Amino acid sequence: MSFSLISQTFNKTKKESRPALLTYTVAGDSTKKKSLEILNSISKYADICELGFPHNTPIADGGQIQTSAYRAIKNGIKINDVFSIASQFKKSKKDKPIILMGYYNMIYQYNENKFINKCKKSKVDGLIVVDFPYPENKFFASKCKKKGINFIQLISPTTSRERLKGIIKDSHDMVYYISMLSTTGGKLKVAPRKILENYNKIKLLDKNKKIVIGFGITEKTIKSLNKADGLVVGSAICKEITSSINKRQNIVTNVTNIVKKLKNKIR
Amino acid sequence: MKLKKNIPLIDQHDKYGFWGGKFGGSFIPETLKKPVEDLTKEFQKLRKNKKFIKKRDYYFKNYIGSPTSLIKLENLSNYLEGAQIWAKVVSEANGGAHKIYNATVHALICKAMGKKYIVGDTGAGYAGKMLSMAAKKFGLKCKIFMGAKDIKRQKPNCDAMRKNGAEIVPVFSGSQTLVDAVSECMRYWVSNCDNTHMCVGSTVGPNIFVKICGWSTAQISRELKFQLRKEFNKIPKKIKLINCVGGGSSAYGFWSEFIDYNKKQIELVGVEAGGPNKSKLHAAPLSKNSKIGILHGAASYVCQNKEGQIQETESISAGLDYPGVSPIHCFLKDTKRARYTYATDEEALNAYKMITKFEKLNPSLEPSHAFAEAIKIAPKLSKDTIIIVNSCGDAKKDRDILKERLGKKR
Repeated sequence: MSFSLISQTFNKTKKESRPALLTYTVAGDSTKKKSLEILNSISKYADICELGFPHNTPIADGGQIQTSAYRAIKNGIKINDVFSIASQFKKSKKDKPIILMGYYNMIYQYNENKFINKCKKSKVDGLIVVDFPYPENKFFASKCKKKGINFIQLISPTTSRERLKGIIKDSHDMVYYISMLSTTGGKLKVAPRKILENYNKIKLLDKNKKIVIGFGITEKTIKSLNKADGLVVGSAICKEITSSINKRQNIVTNVTNIVKKLKNKIR
Repeated sequence: MKLKKNIPLIDQHDKYGFWGGKFGGSFIPETLKKPVEDLTKEFQKLRKNKKFIKKRDYYFKNYIGSPTSLIKLENLSNYLEGAQIWAKVVSEANGGAHKIYNATVHALICKAMGKKYIVGDTGAGYAGKMLSMAAKKFGLKCKIFMGAKDIKRQKPNCDAMRKNGAEIVPVFSGSQTLVDAVSECMRYWVSNCDNTHMCVGSTVGPNIFVKICGWSTAQISRELKFQLRKEFNKIPKKIKLINCVGGGSSAYGFWSEFIDYNKKQIELVGVEAGGPNKSKLHAAPLSKNSKIGILHGAASYVCQNKEGQIQETESISAGLDYPGVSPIHCFLKDTKRARYTYATDEEALNAYKMITKFEKLNPSLEPSHAFAEAIKIAPKLSKDTIIIVNSCGDAKKDRDILKERLGKKR
C-alpha cells in the first residue's frame, strides 16, 4: 500500500522534528482569484492547506471565519468554484496536500457520491465535515477511503473515552483534535500543558495516527504546542484577510507574512 | 414511510434519531456529542420518573395555569355560515403563549442536571420571554439570543425578558432573525456546554430537542381531548385542527393526542407563513415544497438555494419567520397524515381584523395565520364540522406592527 500524501507530509515534518503547519482559508475569500493566489503563496510555508467551502449557517465557527464565509458567498463562490480552485492549486503544487472543510448540507445537496468523485478528480487529499460526527459518518468515511480521500475525524475535550477508541479505530491517517470548548477563533482558554496531556492520551491509543491540534492557535500560542504532529491556524489568517481589506493593503503579501511568521515559530 | 400507532410521534425515530429514515438526526459538532448524549439520557430517565412527572404537572397547573380554555367563536361561526369555529385559547397560559411549556420543562431539566446557566433562542420573543420567566422562577441565570431585526419588531417581549433579569444577546449576523439567533445560541453552547444548558425554542434542532419540546407542548392536546369529551360527550366525527407552523412546536402539541385517529375524522392542518403577497420570499418549506436540507443539527425541508445555502425568509410574524421546520412535521407531511398550506401576511392581518371584530380574542400574528385558513374553509363546510384553531399566542407583542399595518391602536 502506498502512503497518502498526507502521511508522507507528516513523515517529512517528523524527520525535521517539527509539527506540520496547517492553514485554513475560505475558498472565494475575498474573491475566487484572490483565494487561489493566497493558497499558492502561503503554501510556500504551510505543509497542508485546508480550504473551506463556505456555508451561510456555520454553527461551529466564530466571527472571523463567519466573516470570511459571508464575504466569499457574497462574492459569488459556488461549490464547483471550490473544486476548481483546489484543482488549479494542485496543478502547480502536486506535493501539497489539500483538505476541503465545510458543513454537511453542502455535500448533501451536491450528492455524497458526486461530491467524493469530484474531490478525487480535483485531487483533493482529505475532507473535514464539521457537523457530521461519528458514528453517523462511518459509511460516508469509508466511501471516501475507497476513493483515496482521507476522511478526517474530529475529537474534542468532551469526547468520551469509549467514543475516542471507536473514532481512532475507524479514523484514517489524520485526526483533528479540538483544543477546547469553543467555536473557531476563540481565545485559547486552556493551558497548553493540559491540551498536550489530552493529545498524548489520544496518541497513546494509536501511535501511527497523526493528530493535529486546532482552535485558538495564533502567533502567540503556536510555539507552546509544537510537540503535536500538526497545528492548524484558521481564524488568525481570516482575520488578517479582513484587516488587509479594511486597510486597503495587499492581502496576499500580508497573509503570507503571517504564515511565514507562524512557520518560523515552530521550526 | 409509515406512522406507528400507540407510540408518541416523538419516539418514532431510529437509533440515529431519524423519523421516517430521513428527517431529524443530530448533525452536530463533535464537542456537542457528549452534552447531547447526557441530555438524552437525563431526559429518558426523567420522563419515566414519577416524581418528575408530578413536579411537571404541578407547575403546569399552578404556574402555567393549565388547562387553557376551549371556546366556541359563535359570532364568527354565524357570520361565516359553515363549520363551527372553536379556539383553544393557549394564549391564556402564563406569559401569553405555548412557549411556556417547553421553557418550564427545560428549566426543570436544567435544575435536575445541576446546571446553573440556561440559554435559548427566540424569534417572536415568546420563547425568550418564557425562558426568562422560567429561569427566574427556578433561580437560573439566563441568556437569550435574538436577531437584531426581531429585537426591534418585538419590543414588548424584549422588555419582559429584561425585566425578568435575562440578558438579551443581539445577533447581527446573516438576516438578523431567528435562524441566526439559533446558530449563535448553538455556538454559545459549543463554547460553554460544561456548565450551561441549552433550550431550543421549538421542535427543531438535534433530535433530543425536538423530543423535549414535543413532550412539553403535548399537554395542549391532552387538555383538548378531555375538553372535547366534556363538551361533546365523545370525540366528534368531523374535526379539523388548524395550527400555524413555524418550527412547529404548538402544532405538534395541539395534535399529538390525535395523530392515531383517522384523518377523515380528525384532519390536521398546518399553516405556514407565506410572506408578503408581492414577495418571493416566504417561510413555508412544507407547503411550498422546499428540498430536504440540514439546518441547525437536523434534516428537514428547508428554504435553501440549489447549493445548500439557507435562504432568507420573510414574514410579518417573527415566530414563523424560520427557513426550516420540525422533522416531525416533515414526517407528518410525507405520510400524508397532516395537510400543510400557507397564509400570506395580508391574509393573516385580515384574519386578525375579522377575529377581533367578532370575538373577544386577541390572537398574535402567528395564530392569525391559522385563523386565515379557518376563515377560508369554514363557509364551504357543514355545520357539524368542528374547526378548532390553536390560538397559541397573544397579540400584545405585535402592538407596534399592528398599529403600523392596520392604522389605529388596538
